[in-house]
Amino acid sequence: MGALTRRQRAWWAVITVLVLVYALFPVAAIFATSFKLPSDLNSGRFLPAQWSWTNYEQILVGNAQGLFLSALRNSIGISLIATAIAVVLATFAAYAIARLDFRGKRLILTTALAVSIFPVISIVTPLFNVWRAVGLYDTWPGLIIPYLSLTLPISIWTLAAFFRQIPWELEQAAQVDGATAWQAFRKAIVPLAAPGVFTTALIAFFIAWNDFVYGISLTSTERARPVPAALAFFTGASQFEEPTGSISAAAVIVTIPVVVLVLLFQRQIVAGLTQGAVKG
Amino acid sequence: MASIVLRDVVKEYGDGFLAVKGVSLEIADGEFVILVGPSGCGKSTILRMIVGLEDITSGDLEIDGTRVNDKAPRDRNLAMVFQNYALYPHLTVFENIAFPMRLAKGRFTDEEIRERVTRAAERLELTEHLERKPGNLSGGQRQRVAMGRAIVREADAFLFDEPLSNLDAKLRGQMRTEIARLQRRLGTTTVYVTHDQTEAMTLGDRVAVLRRGELQQVASPRALYEQPTNLFVAGFIGSPPMNFLPGRVEGDVLHLPVADVPLDERLRAAVGDRSLVIVGIRPEHVEDATLLDDARADAGVRFETDVDVTEWLGAELYAYIPFETAPEVASKLEELDRDLDGEGMRSQVVVALDAESRVRDGDRAELWFDPARLLVFDPESGVNLTRDDEAAARIDERNEELRRASLKRAQERDRADGEASPAQERAAS
Repeated sequence: MGALTRRQRAWWAVITVLVLVYALFPVAAIFATSFKLPSDLNSGRFLPAQWSWTNYEQILVGNAQGLFLSALRNSIGISLIATAIAVVLATFAAYAIARLDFRGKRLILTTALAVSIFPVISIVTPLFNVWRAVGLYDTWPGLIIPYLSLTLPISIWTLAAFFRQIPWELEQAAQVDGATAWQAFRKAIVPLAAPGVFTTALIAFFIAWNDFVYGISLTSTERARPVPAALAFFTGASQFEEPTGSISAAAVIVTIPVVVLVLLFQRQIVAGLTQGAVKG
Repeated sequence: MASIVLRDVVKEYGDGFLAVKGVSLEIADGEFVILVGPSGCGKSTILRMIVGLEDITSGDLEIDGTRVNDKAPRDRNLAMVFQNYALYPHLTVFENIAFPMRLAKGRFTDEEIRERVTRAAERLELTEHLERKPGNLSGGQRQRVAMGRAIVREADAFLFDEPLSNLDAKLRGQMRTEIARLQRRLGTTTVYVTHDQTEAMTLGDRVAVLRRGELQQVASPRALYEQPTNLFVAGFIGSPPMNFLPGRVEGDVLHLPVADVPLDERLRAAVGDRSLVIVGIRPEHVEDATLLDDARADAGVRFETDVDVTEWLGAELYAYIPFETAPEVASKLEELDRDLDGEGMRSQVVVALDAESRVRDGDRAELWFDPARLLVFDPESGVNLTRDDEAAARIDERNEELRRASLKRAQERDRADGEASPAQERAAS
C-alpha cells in the first residue's frame, strides 16, 4: 500500500472522528452524568453545573454501598473464576484439536459453535427451575457454570485457530538443539502460544463481565448478584430521587477494569494478532 | 566429528506403510553425503531417523560406533537445519543462535556464548542483524541464522533437510557454495537431503540415490553420471535428463528410432542375446554433425532427423526430436517417468547442441553421437548392462583422494587465517 494522498488522508480523518464520536459519546455522557448532583440531572446540559463526587460517595461509602460493593465483589470473583476455567479447558481442547487427528474432532467444534449461537433467553427459564431444585440458585457456581457455556465455545475456537498457526516444527528443532520435551514446549511453544491465550482470556473475561440475562435471572440477593444486574436495583438517596447518578457512577467504575485490562495486555493482543509463523 | 552408520534401517508407519525398506549406508567422518530422490522416496524420513525425531522400526543406527537407536535427539549431539528454518520467532537472531548453548546449562559462560555467537555471525555475515527478530529478515538471512544455530555448538554432524528449497534460484546458487565452503572449513560430517539433482551433484562427496524407500546407488557424483547402475539413477542424474530409446537388435545392428548403430564389442557384450533393449543417451553427448571435423564425425554415428522445437539458451541449444516408442518398453518407460515425478509427456529425444548450431524449429538436421557413450539397459529389470564396475570404483577412489586433499587444504587455510587474525589485531592496537 502506497502513501495516502492528502485528500485521502483528510477523508480518513473525518471518518475516524465520526466513528470515535459515535462510539464514545455515550461513554462521555455517562461519565458526565456520574458527576452531576441529583438536582442537576434534568438540567438538559451535557456537562454538570458543578462537578461533584456525591454519586461515587453514595455507592462506595454511602447507603448504596452494600448493594454495589457486594455486586462488584461477585462480578470480579465470578468472572475471574469462569475465565480461568474456560481458558484452561479451552487450551487443552484447542491443543488437541490443532495437533491431533482424532475421531469426533469436527463434532466437538460444531457442538461448540451450536452452543455459542443458542439463544441465552431460551434456556434461562429451565435453568432457573433446575438451579432452584439442585440448590445452585443464587450462588457463585450457579453463575459460573452458565458463563462457561458462553465463554468456552469462543475460547476453543479462538485458541484452536491460533494454535494451528504455531509452527510445531519448532518443538522438534528445540529437541535437536538439546532440549527435553518439556523444555522444548516451555521455551519454544509457550512463548508463541501465550499471546493467544492472553487474548482469549481477555475476551472470555469481558463476556462474563458483561452478562446481564443470567445475572438478573439466576440470583436474588447480594450473595451472587453481579454488577450489571445490581444496577437495576439501585434507588436514589430518597424515594423521590432518581438513581441515574449512582447508576452512572457504578457504570463508570465497572468500565475501569475493562480499560485497564486492555491497556495492560495491549501488547499481547497486538502481538497475538500479528506474530505468525516464521515461514511455513 | 563423527561417522554415521546405518545398517538395514527400516521405517514402517502405524498404517503399515513402508517408508524406508532396509537402507544401509556408511558415512565417514568429515564426509558430505547427499540423500537424493523424487518426493516420497524416504530421504527426509532417513534424516529424521538419524536425528532422532522419527523412531527406527528395525535396524541399527550408529554414531561414532555407538548404537543410538534409543537415544533422545538431545543426546545425539547433532545439528539440523530445517526446510522452513524453524527459527524461534520470539527470540532475536542472537538468542536464536545462542539457543542450543543456553540449553546446555552450565557448559558455557555468558562470555563464551557471546564470543561464539559473534564469531558465527561474522562467518555468516549476520553481525548487523543480531538484534533483529527473524520475522524481519529476508529468506536468505533466515537461512543463515538457521545455519548459525547449527554451527555454533560444534555438533558431531550437520543434517540439512532441503535447506534451499524456499529460496529463489539466484540465492540458492549463492547459499549452495556457502554451504560447501562452510563444510570444507569445518570438516564436519554432513548429511544433506534434497530433491534437486544440481545440489546433489555439486555439494556431495558421495550421493545416495533413493527410490521408494530403497537405496539405488551410492557413489561419487561423477560415478553416478558416468556409471549409473540402473535406469532410475541414469534418468534422475543429469539435466536435461538422459533420453531413453527402444533399441532393436538385428544381426550386428542396433536399430534406434532415430538412427542405426553398428554393434561394437562393448555393446555386443552388453546386449547379449536380447533382441530388445533400452538405450540411454545423454543430451550433451549428441552434437551437430555439420560443426564437427571429418575425422571426428567419421568415428561416430551420423544420422538425419526432423527437429520439432529448438530452445536457444546462449551457452547451448536444446533441440527436441519426437519419436515413436516401442510398445514392449512403453510401460517400463512410463513407470520410470512416474518414479521421476514426470508428467507422462510425449516421447521425445532432447539433445543439447553447440550454441553455434544453425538447427532451428522444423529443420531436418544432421546430428552425431559417439556409440561409446551409449548406455544399454535391460528392458525388464532396468539394470545398466554397459556398467563398468572397475571404472566406477576407480572414479570413486579418485574422488575420495580429491576430497581428502581439499578438506586438508581448506583446514590448513583456515588455520592460517586463524593464526593471522590475532596477530593482525595485535598489530592494529
